[in-house]
Amino acid sequence: MSENLAVSRPVSRWKPQRKLSQWSERIVYCLFGAFALLSIATTAGIIASLIVEAIEFFKVVPFTQFLFDREWTPLFANPQYGVFVLIFATLMTATIALSVAIPLGILSAIYLSEYAPPRLRRWLKPALEILAGIPSVVHGYFALIFVTPILQALIPGVEVFNALSAGLVMGIAILPLVASLSEDAIFAVPQSLRQGAYALGTTRREAIQNVVLPGALSGIVGACILGMARAVGETMIVTIAAGQNPRPINPDLSFLDPRISVQTMTSFIVQVSQGDAPVNSIEYKTIFAVGMTLFTLTLLLNICSFWFVNRFREKYE
Amino acid sequence: MTQIEPQNLLQDRTADSPQFQANLPERYRADRLFQAAALLAVLIALAVLVMLLGDVLITGWPRLFTDFPDFLTSFPSRRAAQAGILSPLVGTIWLLVLTALFAIPTGVGAGIFLEEFAANTRLAQLIEINIGNLAAVPSIIYGLLALQVFVRWMEPITGGRSVLAGGLTLALLVLPIIIVATREALRAVPSSIRQAGFALGTTRWQVVRDHVLPIALPGILTGTILALSRAIGETAPLITIGALTFIAFLPPLSPLIEGLRSPFTVLPIQTYNWISRPQPEFQNNAAAAIIVLITVLLLMNATAIYLRNRTQQIRND
Repeated sequence: MSENLAVSRPVSRWKPQRKLSQWSERIVYCLFGAFALLSIATTAGIIASLIVEAIEFFKVVPFTQFLFDREWTPLFANPQYGVFVLIFATLMTATIALSVAIPLGILSAIYLSEYAPPRLRRWLKPALEILAGIPSVVHGYFALIFVTPILQALIPGVEVFNALSAGLVMGIAILPLVASLSEDAIFAVPQSLRQGAYALGTTRREAIQNVVLPGALSGIVGACILGMARAVGETMIVTIAAGQNPRPINPDLSFLDPRISVQTMTSFIVQVSQGDAPVNSIEYKTIFAVGMTLFTLTLLLNICSFWFVNRFREKYE
Repeated sequence: MTQIEPQNLLQDRTADSPQFQANLPERYRADRLFQAAALLAVLIALAVLVMLLGDVLITGWPRLFTDFPDFLTSFPSRRAAQAGILSPLVGTIWLLVLTALFAIPTGVGAGIFLEEFAANTRLAQLIEINIGNLAAVPSIIYGLLALQVFVRWMEPITGGRSVLAGGLTLALLVLPIIIVATREALRAVPSSIRQAGFALGTTRWQVVRDHVLPIALPGILTGTILALSRAIGETAPLITIGALTFIAFLPPLSPLIEGLRSPFTVLPIQTYNWISRPQPEFQNNAAAAIIVLITVLLLMNATAIYLRNRTQQIRND
């Protein structure tokens, strides 16, 4: 038998059967490529769906009214569409959040990367990750049930729903993001720079403040801007703890009082979505116009962060 | 310890020929203060985490364990004492499974494409920037996209405000996270393994499938679990696409398409609904639901952290 086989086969070079593997290679390439393009399709889809409905909205409500009205009352009989009411409220809660998250976040990052002994660090980092993983609805519960009563006891005139408690808790919610991105930036500063500083006779703090932090500045500022984008887009905490009360823009600036209830862009979208607004109604279009504004704002912040990180990055070998 | 007289210091500073003053005690004191401040920042973050968990546990524990497991096995109800989380819990499990089914193959596939097939091409760079932008888009914007695309345009398939639409929404939301995690895990695989495979005449896909992917798998799994745990904590996009808050039935498992197209609720939404009611009994319910939600999340996070630590140890060995 075996002799037979050997004779019948022509004496030629062995050729591998490549057809199947070439085909599977091609199929995998196309399929996975399509998956990768899905992320671009998502962006395109977001922009398209926002623009389509926003255009419909601006056919009904003139753009100038959207920008310059002093009140936000789209659900009233005589509606006004001053989007800056929502933007100011959003920026106010975000600013309160950042005034908590930036100092605490950067200091935590410094402690974790420069001071913490390795054993402690192994415990602290997962703890911060758990804090980052707490759902925002839980933070909202905490703000409303735990923090607001404390604030009411300490500060006179704090309402049940208020921007202050929402902002403070939101600061804690975005702290892990600021801390971990800042820590990455600090970690990227080479050890030799620190040693150079010590050799010049600096103390540890002086080395951190004058050498390490300036070296990591671009990353840290990028982290803070991303934190701002997160705070602007945060939804459940402000919806639960800050209420649904759009304040008219008055010259006496009473709409910037953090003790009272406000309405941010995100909590407006939630308010309307809960009410089951019928498709093609003006309410339905309004949430897309507000969503468009929110998207533009976060996109600008993101581009800012990206630009800053690239422009001011210190390059080390 | 040398004590430096404050007056001496003052004289030195004001003198015309400034003499260098090491002034070590003062500088070391500043160092200690700075280190204490950094430690304090970490402690504040941890203290808030402990207070949050403690408050939820104290408020929710009695509710969760009166007539255990009634709270887990009853439907939501108008009477707080009889209300349970059966339908939200089942809804969360449905969404978890669907999101995993949609997001893991596409995310891992896209990650493989970007890292192994198209690394350093123009397309890969474009997608990378795009993913960076998507990560900063607020989740409620994904909700608006889903409202337009999955609920309105694809209504014949998804059945409108359904489990399927919810799963697709969350899959889009976590896709960038899974892609980034996959890419990082693949990048950590030494290229010598790929080259050894190529030297034996395998195709790129064969190398990836048989050699690179198994090594990168724990890393991919870690990122995927974290992404999924983020998905089941999400509230805002699901409110936007119209997840209901009062569901007194479960999606049927057969026929499956019926189940996929039925309305749903999830734990965070039920929690939000209970928080926004004024009666304290409902808020106890909210706390009890949060305990269940956080337990699920902590289990997922712990698995991810365990997997990561194990792979790091293996790599270090």
